[in-house]
Formats: sequence, structure tokens, C-alpha cells
Amino acid sequence: MRESRIGAWIAFGIGALYFILPLIATFEFSLRMKRGEYSFEAYRVVFADPRFQASFTYSVGQALATIFVGIALVVPTAYWVRLRAPQFRPIVEFITLLPLVIPAIVIVFGYLRIFNSSSLIPLTDTNLGTDALLMFGYVTLALPYLYRAVDTGLQAIDVRTLTESAESLGANAFTILTRVILPNIRPALLSGAFLTFAIVIGEFTFAALLNRPAFGPYLQLLGANRAYEPSALAIMAFLVTWACMGLMQLASRGLRLPTTDTR
Amino acid sequence: MAFLTLTAIAKRFGQNTVVHGFDLAVERGEFISLLGPSGCGKTTVLRMIAGFETPSAGTIMIDGRDVTYKRPAERNVGMVFQAYALFPNMNVADNIAFGMKVAKRPKAEIDARVTEMLELISLPDLAARYPYQLSGGQQQRVALARALAVKPQVLLLDEPLSALDAKIRVSLREEIRALQRELGITTIFVTHDQEEALSMSDRVVVMHQGRVEQIGTPHAIYNTPKTRFAASFVGTLNMLDAEIKDASAGLIIVEGQTLRIANGTPGAPNGSRCTVALRPEALAIGPARPGDNVLSCTIEDVQFLGAIVRVKARCGAHILSVDTFNQAGQPAWARGDQVEIHFAPEHLVVLD
Repeated sequence: MRESRIGAWIAFGIGALYFILPLIATFEFSLRMKRGEYSFEAYRVVFADPRFQASFTYSVGQALATIFVGIALVVPTAYWVRLRAPQFRPIVEFITLLPLVIPAIVIVFGYLRIFNSSSLIPLTDTNLGTDALLMFGYVTLALPYLYRAVDTGLQAIDVRTLTESAESLGANAFTILTRVILPNIRPALLSGAFLTFAIVIGEFTFAALLNRPAFGPYLQLLGANRAYEPSALAIMAFLVTWACMGLMQLASRGLRLPTTDTR
Repeated sequence: MAFLTLTAIAKRFGQNTVVHGFDLAVERGEFISLLGPSGCGKTTVLRMIAGFETPSAGTIMIDGRDVTYKRPAERNVGMVFQAYALFPNMNVADNIAFGMKVAKRPKAEIDARVTEMLELISLPDLAARYPYQLSGGQQQRVALARALAVKPQVLLLDEPLSALDAKIRVSLREEIRALQRELGITTIFVTHDQEEALSMSDRVVVMHQGRVEQIGTPHAIYNTPKTRFAASFVGTLNMLDAEIKDASAGLIIVEGQTLRIANGTPGAPNGSRCTVALRPEALAIGPARPGDNVLSCTIEDVQFLGAIVRVKARCGAHILSVDTFNQAGQPAWARGDQVEIHFAPEHLVVLD
């Protein structure tokens, strides 16, 4: 008993070192821009760079649009599959898993073949069209996470009975989705949204190949040309991701939904 | 014409027919129970009235309007579910107001109606509570108020008491019945609990394997069951195999002893077999009154239940259950005693 606990602590220690050591090293390195002293100079330089601000803002905008479109696509689908077409469940689950199996570079080349400027839907002709294409690509990338989060949320509530009681009270499908289903899966939606945010903020392949000024390509550019700033950016990217994870935790804890109890 | 009419309703799921040719006419303000074991089709019938299932055949009319193919939202039917199904994200007042908000009623009217409904279910102080802060009984009362708030023409109750403990179940069923009488609302109640069905209903529909076995008042269902299933499902019953001795005189033979039937004669020729039923409480042990039927039996077991003494007595291949009230002067029967069990001829019911 006692030995097994020591073993567990050792395993935990090794795991923690494996993750934390590079992080500490990166952080330490990012503070050494000025010779002979620790400073936040690298961070100041990064923040002062207009391309940082522009690319970060661009990616945040992309992330928000992705979340909105993703939820509008995934929630009705998952709801419908659960309620009316459970026989399609394996098919839908398979489709939502595809982005994990197909490399991003393959997806984006596929997009470019279908939506290039000499195609029937020449989305890449304009910047706005390419932005839209990038956003749809991000929705695809986020699909596995978003779908699973929403589906788990739907599993936790009695979708059928809630839908039926709202129906018998005169509500239509839109009212049921927006007033009954969505509010009751809010924690699941939020965690799906934060995951999506984290994915989009750091994404490189899509943005680089579609040549859009996103945060991922900026990170890469800086990493190729500078010494200290990339470390500062890496630490900041970590902080953003951690903030998202923390918010996910808060979201799933904050609104503790009661399961139907049978007293 | 009846207020709610179901005509030749059938429901098939693939190859499986769960409701066969179901007919029912419900008067305005009537309280009807659908009673039967699980899988008998009672909930399917209720869901077809609510509009959650579409009948494979037949029509449903509410107040002269054909609603067979209408969506649930267009039927003006209130429903209460076994699982309460309150909206977890809304407090009690918002739950009750939901139907009226969807119908875009003016706010003042909604507020007044919510207050009225909270009074009606005797929970006036709980408007701001959320469902998870309520007990099961309170949740079910709120669900009832929510269903009634939109003034439905028909109230449907799908085993609303099954998830509650025994005590609350009894008090809530009395409350539901009192409310239903007060509002005069036509109500269909689905249950597998015979006590609920018998104690609450104006009429009971006994269902088995998707068919109606019998429709009648609780009194008629209990005392004059028409089928073997209705007889055995409602209450306990002694069933005896008998041979018809003289159909016109109403004489049958059970275990070599001749018995007389008062109500109707078996519609079968002399010498054929039939099944007769006897309620345990119709039987008595001791000296027979003139005209009574008598069966000689041997006592197998005596269960003393306080107010009631339940005796199991063997008569040939049959074991008869006899319920008698406990009386101080009564002899204490013991296993192996030879006794005579007697009962009035009108208590013998011939089953189809």
C-alpha cells in the first residue's frame, strides 16, 4: 500500500518534470533578452509589434466565428440524431471523427481544389471568401471536439421528455432548441467553445496554405527569425490555452445541473 | 357525441402491432384510467392522444375536431410525465409560464395565471425555486400546474406517481383527483397500479397486449370482470376449473362438489369445461347461510395480517385464498383443519 503510493508519486514526478521542465526553461529563456539581467523585454517587443496585434485579433475573430458557426451546425445535428434518427448515430460519429484521421494538409488541399479561383465556387478569389473558407475549415477541425462535447451534454439531460413537454405546451422546434435545450447544455457548449478557441488560436497549416494573416503563421515567422520573442510567444500561447481550460472547468462546475432525481 | 373519441386506433412499429383496434369515448370532465401491465400499449395510446405518435390506423377527435395528424403543439392537450420533465434551467414560475410565453400572452395575464396555479397546487412560496431544489412530489405538482396553466382541453397523465414514495403517492393522487374535479378537466391517466386506477377513476380501461379487455366503472371492473385477464390483473382472485352440469339451471361441478351460479349461465353445453372466479373476500369459513354454495376444504396455511386473516385452503387441486376480518370470537384455524368454505351464488363469476 505504502510502496505503491511512493511508486505513484515517482511516476507523477517524472511526468511533471517531463511537462514542466521545458516550460520553465522556455520561460527562463524568454526573460534573457537583455544581457546579464532578467526582464520582460521580449514580451514588450512582442506586444509592441503591430503584426502581433493584427494576427492575434484576426485569429480571435476567426475563433469566435468558428464557435458560432460550429454550434449552429452541431447542436441541431446532435439533437436531431439523438431524438429522431438514432440509427444515423454511427454514421454521424464517424463523420465527426474524420478530421482527426485526415491530416490538415490533406483537408486544405482538398479545399483548394474545390474552391480555387477557377472553380464553380471561387471562394479564394477574395480575401473575405478566403477568410470564410478558413473559418469553415476550422469548423471541420473543431468538429470532433465540439460534437462530442455537445453530445455528452445532451446525454446528461432527458432530451426526449423535455422536448415532448415543451411540444405539448405549444413550442416549435426553434423555441425548444433555444429556450430549453441550449440553456441546459450550456456547460458542454462552453467547454466545446473553449476547446475550439484553443485549436483555432494556434492553428498553422490552414492559415499558412490559404495565406491568411493568422496568429499561427506569425508564430512560425517569428520563430524562424528571432531568438527570444518566440519563447515569450510560446509562454503566452500556453497561458491562453490554460485560461481556456480553466474557463472550461469553471463552466462545467458553475452550472451544476441536477439530474432528474426520483424522490 | 363524446368529448374525446378514439375510433379503431391501431399502432404498428415495423412488424410489431402494439395497439389493436382501440375504441374509447370519453365524456367531458371524465377521469379515465388506462390500466395494464407494462407493454400492454397504454402509454402508446396516451402518446397518440398527445400527438407524440401517429396512429397507423383510426381517428382521434377532441371536441368534434379531428386531431389524428395534428402536431402536439396544435392539440391543446396538457401532459404530465413520470420523469417530471420540468425545465432545469427555469425556476418554478418560469416553468409554469412557459406555455403562455410561447403563446405570447400578455405579461400581466401570465403573472396572474402563475400565481393562480401556484395557489392551486398549494406551493405559493416556491415560485423562485429551481426544480433541483424541490422534492419529487413538489416537482410533480409543478409539472401538473405547468400542464394546466395553458388551459388544455384534455389532461394526460403518464404514470405521474410511479417515481414517488408510497406516502406521497397516496396524498398526491387524492390531490390530483380533487383538482381534476374542481377544474372539470377531461383526464386520461395511465397506470399499472390497480389501486390508483380503482381509487381515482370514473371509468377504468383494462388493457392487455394492445387490446381493451374491459371498460367499466371501478366497481364493475372489480366485481364483474369480463375476461380472465381483467379478473386476474385487478385484485387477487381464486380461479377454479369447473364442469358445466346443467347450463339452464346454472349448476357447475368443482372438484366433485356441485355449485350454483346466480348471475347468468355459462354459454356452453352441458359437460363442457369453464373457468369460474371468486374474490377472496367473498368467501367465509364456518356455518353456511341457506342458499349458499359450500366447498369442503383443508386448511394449508393461515396468515394473520392484523385486521385481516388470510387463509389458504386446499380443495382438490385448487388452493383457495380466503380473506376474513379478524374477529375476537373467531376460532383460531390451524393447518390441516377440515373446514367448509361458503359463499353466495352471485359471487361466482364465469370468465370468457
